[in-house]
Amino acid sequence: MNDDKLMIGGHEFESRFILGSGKYSMSLIEAAVKDAGAEIITLSVRRANTKDQENILDFIPEGVTLLPNTSGARNAQEAVRIARLARELGCGSFVKIEIMRDSKYLLPDNQETIKATEILANEGFVVMPYMYPDLNAARDLVNAGAAAVMPLASPIGSNKGLATKDFIQILIDEIDLPIIVDAGIGRPSQACEAMEMGAAAIMANTALATAGDLPMMASAFRSAIEAGRKAYLAGLGRVLTRGASASDPLTGFLRD
Amino acid sequence: MVKINGKTEAAAGMTVDQYLETANYDSKRIVVERNEEILPREQYSETILRDGDVVEIISFMGGG
Repeated sequence: MNDDKLMIGGHEFESRFILGSGKYSMSLIEAAVKDAGAEIITLSVRRANTKDQENILDFIPEGVTLLPNTSGARNAQEAVRIARLARELGCGSFVKIEIMRDSKYLLPDNQETIKATEILANEGFVVMPYMYPDLNAARDLVNAGAAAVMPLASPIGSNKGLATKDFIQILIDEIDLPIIVDAGIGRPSQACEAMEMGAAAIMANTALATAGDLPMMASAFRSAIEAGRKAYLAGLGRVLTRGASASDPLTGFLRD
Repeated sequence: MVKINGKTEAAAGMTVDQYLETANYDSKRIVVERNEEILPREQYSETILRDGDVVEIISFMGGG
């Protein structure tokens, strides 16, 4: 397992759990990062607060890679604008592209996402696009220079789990980039299942932010993701289409 | 008047540095966009805000 690394845009990570930082107190971030074992944390880019308010950067442990998102963008142009601002903040060149035209379901606009990916990859960003799991769009993202592909499991913040399971599996099977399941994962068991399928990593935010004990849930997700990864690497046992197969030797002694 | 983060402010004539100081922003934790163009940090002290400028002062927040 020790040489099993997650590679994104030439950067190497041990952890396969990408942590969100939205919708919970900044004071919990350090414990969440530690208990999640996370090496990447997502952030949003917004109008600044003044000095009298806390700044999130003061709460993120050193060495954690920042992954700013472009939430709020409704088209490629706005996403590019947000990404450039994020890079100017001086915390690296990773960006998670998030483009939504729809405020009810918050579904990503794949076409605009492909356009933004191409522009930002050409500018040297490590581009991680959030997308609706569609094979053709994923192939276009690869060609546009994405460093990973982040399909949604179910709508953002819904905690509904792997509603798009079959389509994520197609991406895992066909796309030669890390497939990171993002959005909708609500329980550790769902994260584990996605990892068993061969997902490269899991991104979760709401599942933790709405849990009773956030750091403990971060730790539960970490264990689930590690278990799912090990199961994937081990190769799952086969499933019978019908009937049974004894696990014990069939050479009984009670009857001849 | 200058529009800064959506609010109209009487900041015309001030340098960006002066405005950030007066309005109590931490200049190390923000990025300034003026009329949709990023203003490089080293230009804060020499850039004078003009009437009609639209300025965004941006930083990181929590997000997923």
